[in-house]
Amino acid sequence: MSPNIIAILPELWTAIGQTLLMLGIGLAAAVLLGGPLGVLLFLLGPGQSLERPALFGVINWLVNTVRSFPFIILLVALVPFTRLIAGTSIGPVAAAVPLSLAAIPYFARLVEQTLRDVPRGVIEAAHAMGASEWQIVRRVLLVEARSGLVLGLTVLSISFLSYSAVAGVVGGGGIGDLAIRYGYYRFQTDVMVLTVAILIVLVQLIQFTGNGIARRLDKR
Amino acid sequence: MNSPTASVTEAAAANPPAPEASASTADAIRLEGVSKAFRLPNGKTFDAVKNVSLAVPQGDIFGLIGTSGAGKSTLLRLINRLEHPDSGRVFVGAREITALGKRELRVARQSMGMIFQQFNLLQNATVFDNVAFPLRIHSKTCSGDVFRRVRECLDLVGLLDKIDSHPAQLSGGQKQRVAIARALAPRPDVLLCDEPTSALDSETTRSVLDTLRDVNRRLGVTVLIVTHELAVVRALCRTVAVMEGGEVAEQFAVDETGPNRERRVTALGRELARMAVYADVQNDLERLEAALA
Repeated sequence: MSPNIIAILPELWTAIGQTLLMLGIGLAAAVLLGGPLGVLLFLLGPGQSLERPALFGVINWLVNTVRSFPFIILLVALVPFTRLIAGTSIGPVAAAVPLSLAAIPYFARLVEQTLRDVPRGVIEAAHAMGASEWQIVRRVLLVEARSGLVLGLTVLSISFLSYSAVAGVVGGGGIGDLAIRYGYYRFQTDVMVLTVAILIVLVQLIQFTGNGIARRLDKR
Repeated sequence: MNSPTASVTEAAAANPPAPEASASTADAIRLEGVSKAFRLPNGKTFDAVKNVSLAVPQGDIFGLIGTSGAGKSTLLRLINRLEHPDSGRVFVGAREITALGKRELRVARQSMGMIFQQFNLLQNATVFDNVAFPLRIHSKTCSGDVFRRVRECLDLVGLLDKIDSHPAQLSGGQKQRVAIARALAPRPDVLLCDEPTSALDSETTRSVLDTLRDVNRRLGVTVLIVTHELAVVRALCRTVAVMEGGEVAEQFAVDETGPNRERRVTALGRELARMAVYADVQNDLERLEAALA
């Protein structure tokens, strides 16, 4: 092992931990807030059972607007908001704030699109049996779309693994931060190669797990 | 074929027959001056159903036929208010469906089973969970009761051995029979069927029609079936209404004989009359052959 790598090994473990922490917070926010938002977006949409063109238009616009920010701009623009929420603008928890804010509309859109693949007839049959909107969400939409939702979450995880690397710029820490500070600024190519290799392994792992779960959930 | 006026008891599978039901001659479904128009993308409106009044007697198997676009599916969907009528009143049993609030409608829908051309089963749920669905959403029943009722209904359609399968593992006819079991689970009074055999081949169509006939005979459930297949009407229905351009053009008993049969006004009505004559001749020939042999 090269001396460069041995020197950063203790930091490497911290960095991996920070990356996973940022990813964990971001994904949790995406699922807990973005998921319901996506379901709402679907139900309010044209031709759906809670169709409300005005409200749909507002939420749709909001989702698009947040998603149109380049992530690095969002990161900087949100600093005051981050201070308010996390108490600081530095560190992985602080970086998780803009990360979450970007992940929520991202996942909402993925959920909305996935739910559109549920056949209308199945939803209609549930209505004909007297199901309420909430029962349709829980017992029809989430059941029929579950493998698509897992794949959506997989896509989200991988996108936000690389977003979390950008968060290093504002002192978020993490693997990406390590790659920039040692691999790029100090020209330590071996460190760069190692960090990229770790990211490659993580991405493959996430995709493999996601595909496996989705396949097992899909009985169609 | 049974007589269209036969009074059929309304006994549900596990319940003893209700005493008042046997003498009942009330209509299971009654429509009074019902209309429905749709707004088309080009801004015009399309009158799908125009001022239709219709009565389906308790225990009947009632066919609703017509060419595509005649409004028969829309009419069916007005009954459980999957489409809301623009005007007119709908009664199922003694209940005025058109007067119900949202929550009352959800409760009332338990007494109106519905099956569809595309079956509309949950693909990611087992046969058991599909049939249990309507019971669980109105969950006053405990899980033991749900389990018993699901088994009863699957037994009725002859698919008890498929209880743990997923719909993807079943044939089209089996899927439709699961859908029938699902529709019957909450003990409905009426079964609304929207082109139930149109996605099936003739072999599986027969199994589904047998199941529907059996359900009607054993449970006394009133069946209203929308179809464009005259063979289905001949094989299953006692009464039939022909729709043309959003209106009921005529209504008659499927086994009607005599001069009235020759006075049908619609093409489909005349076609059914021709088929009846043909079947009569066929019967006579067979009887003659049997006598000669």
